[in-house]
Amino acid sequence: MKGLYWSRRDADPARTRVLASPVEHHAVLDAVHWLGEHEGATVEYLPVDAHGRVHPDALREAVARNPDDVALATVMWANNEIGTVMPVRELADVAAEFGVPVHADAVQAFGQIPVDFAASGLAAMTVSGHKIGGPYGIGALLLGRDQTPVPVLHGGGQERHVRSGTLDVPAIASFAVAGRLAAEQREWFAREIGALRDTLVTAVRTAVPDAILGGDPAPGGRLPANAHFTFPGCEGDSLLLLLDAQGIECSTGSACTAGVAQPSHVLLATGTDPDLARGTLRFSLGHTSTRADVEAVAKAIGPAVERARAAGLT
Amino acid sequence: MTETSQRPLRVLAAMSGGVDSAVAAARAAEAGHDVTGVHLALSANPQSFRTGARGCCTIEDSRDARRAADVIGIPFYVWDLADRFREDVVDDFVAEYEAGRTPNPCLRCNEKIKFAALLDKALALGFDAVCTGHYAQVIVREDGSRELHRASDMAKDQSYVLGVLDERQLAHALFPLGDTVTTKDEIRAEAERRGLAVAKKPDSHDICFIADGDTQGFLAKRLGKAEGDIVDETGARIGSHEGAYGFTIGQRKGLRIGTPAADGKPRYVLDISPVNNTVTVGPVEALDVTALTAVKPRWCGVAPAGPGTYTAQLRAHGGETEVRAELVDGTLEVTFTEPVRGVAPGQAIVLYDGTRVVGSATIASTTRAKTAAV
Repeated sequence: MKGLYWSRRDADPARTRVLASPVEHHAVLDAVHWLGEHEGATVEYLPVDAHGRVHPDALREAVARNPDDVALATVMWANNEIGTVMPVRELADVAAEFGVPVHADAVQAFGQIPVDFAASGLAAMTVSGHKIGGPYGIGALLLGRDQTPVPVLHGGGQERHVRSGTLDVPAIASFAVAGRLAAEQREWFAREIGALRDTLVTAVRTAVPDAILGGDPAPGGRLPANAHFTFPGCEGDSLLLLLDAQGIECSTGSACTAGVAQPSHVLLATGTDPDLARGTLRFSLGHTSTRADVEAVAKAIGPAVERARAAGLT
Repeated sequence: MTETSQRPLRVLAAMSGGVDSAVAAARAAEAGHDVTGVHLALSANPQSFRTGARGCCTIEDSRDARRAADVIGIPFYVWDLADRFREDVVDDFVAEYEAGRTPNPCLRCNEKIKFAALLDKALALGFDAVCTGHYAQVIVREDGSRELHRASDMAKDQSYVLGVLDERQLAHALFPLGDTVTTKDEIRAEAERRGLAVAKKPDSHDICFIADGDTQGFLAKRLGKAEGDIVDETGARIGSHEGAYGFTIGQRKGLRIGTPAADGKPRYVLDISPVNNTVTVGPVEALDVTALTAVKPRWCGVAPAGPGTYTAQLRAHGGETEVRAELVDGTLEVTFTEPVRGVAPGQAIVLYDGTRVVGSATIASTTRAKTAAV
């Protein structure tokens, strides 16, 4: 992000506008914010619909307003909290008409849905090892050959001078294995884990009829392993504690500031009421998830929501 | 019998990130209770609210609490009670000073946050009790009723700031540090033995939400400058101030009066009048109080039926003094056996029967020995 911004601005000082989806992970949001604070970037957040999706028309409108001042656009392939998949190819096509490079954070999508960088039309894409069962602390930046980002780290010139530093061979080799397995198992994962996720969604909605499913309800519009709910009248933290005590690990899916749960920026961007946004839970399934796991959640969620509602919103 | 020897309870331990609450949580867990640690995020903006890891509201403090919970081996959460804390404690604190009174925010926090907002939430979520690092004792009598008592170690006793707890709150309170004769150094040694990294952490300030201890500066920022007169007992103007709210009855320092008193003796704040923004000063004798009335009484058990003789404590870390007290139409009427000095409206009077805390009330007005004063 930073490297692409610098190189685009170096080529033409007018290019200082950064277009970003407002539902990006903080890994991207904070970098974009930093460019705005320290590098003279004008950050413009693209509108999203109620499912948190950026539409190609919205990108077109934003770029066309002044194609010459756009440094780059960044839109995640799929959202980490609510699982919504973005129309990456269409977005890249729109940007290509104006010669604007697009970066996609594909950390969530990798291993769950087809992620073909070469066919995507993207200028840059990032993936990470820990989301596919690989090692922590390693990721990959896929970069179009025509891109020449300014390095963030300088040194020995490793990795085509983009990222200097002695290569962590064990991590790279492990990541490669994990990546190969993720690609091989992707269809199985999408089918089996997706079905398990559908069972979970049905079970939660049966136990708590007023639970609101976050993200795109259409099966093709969301990640197969993601289920996101809002439970009106509940504090997500209360639910977390109650489920944790029964060995159910989930997340409120919101950003932490000093460990304090704030209403999720993703939900706020989709127009969710801030009070409602406090009662969210994200269930992420993985390749080790079983039917018994889903049944345990189905059994626990009703009483937990009832209890959390009694505890109220402090 | 003390509370730590009961049947196992589901306990929510409030962990500030300091040494006392960490050891308290460890002791509760060791006593066989099912303990969950929770750090209360009391500041909406922790990074700017206070800096430096000396209190209980910074990110550092939250991390210290989390590390302690890890070492003890208990689940840990951070709960955001910032809105409630701001409304019930900080705003109340500012409003009380603005009204010329001297509030005790720790008392208010125990009454409204730790043993109300937090306790209610804990009970609703299936916990039996809230555990804190306060130095005080809950004693269970044979009939099952609870009594709040001073800590075994008088020097560490914090029962004053708990004098607002009623019997229901006491029934769900656990103070594992209260029944041991100990000093902070021993608690620190115990923390070190237990491998708790907070063993050497400095003590927190008295008022956790005023980072630098500068109460006047904090109030000035909230209330703005409001210049007014400092007058003597005759009403003659002898100086000026930048806000009557910045003073406390009995205060001697920081008056910045240019001319000395006629008798050359130091002068003290006798009265604060927010209505005409005036601070009255005078000799120390004029601070002597013979009686007071206090409102909003709270009883740590059954309210006393008739007049009685008690010992009273008038401020945190204050000494004891003998009083006669009677509840008249919901107001506590208190007469001192010997005149006492420096009694500030807004502070709590806590009544004791021996080591037992009888109850507390908020001081509303005082009767001076030297009636000319106010």
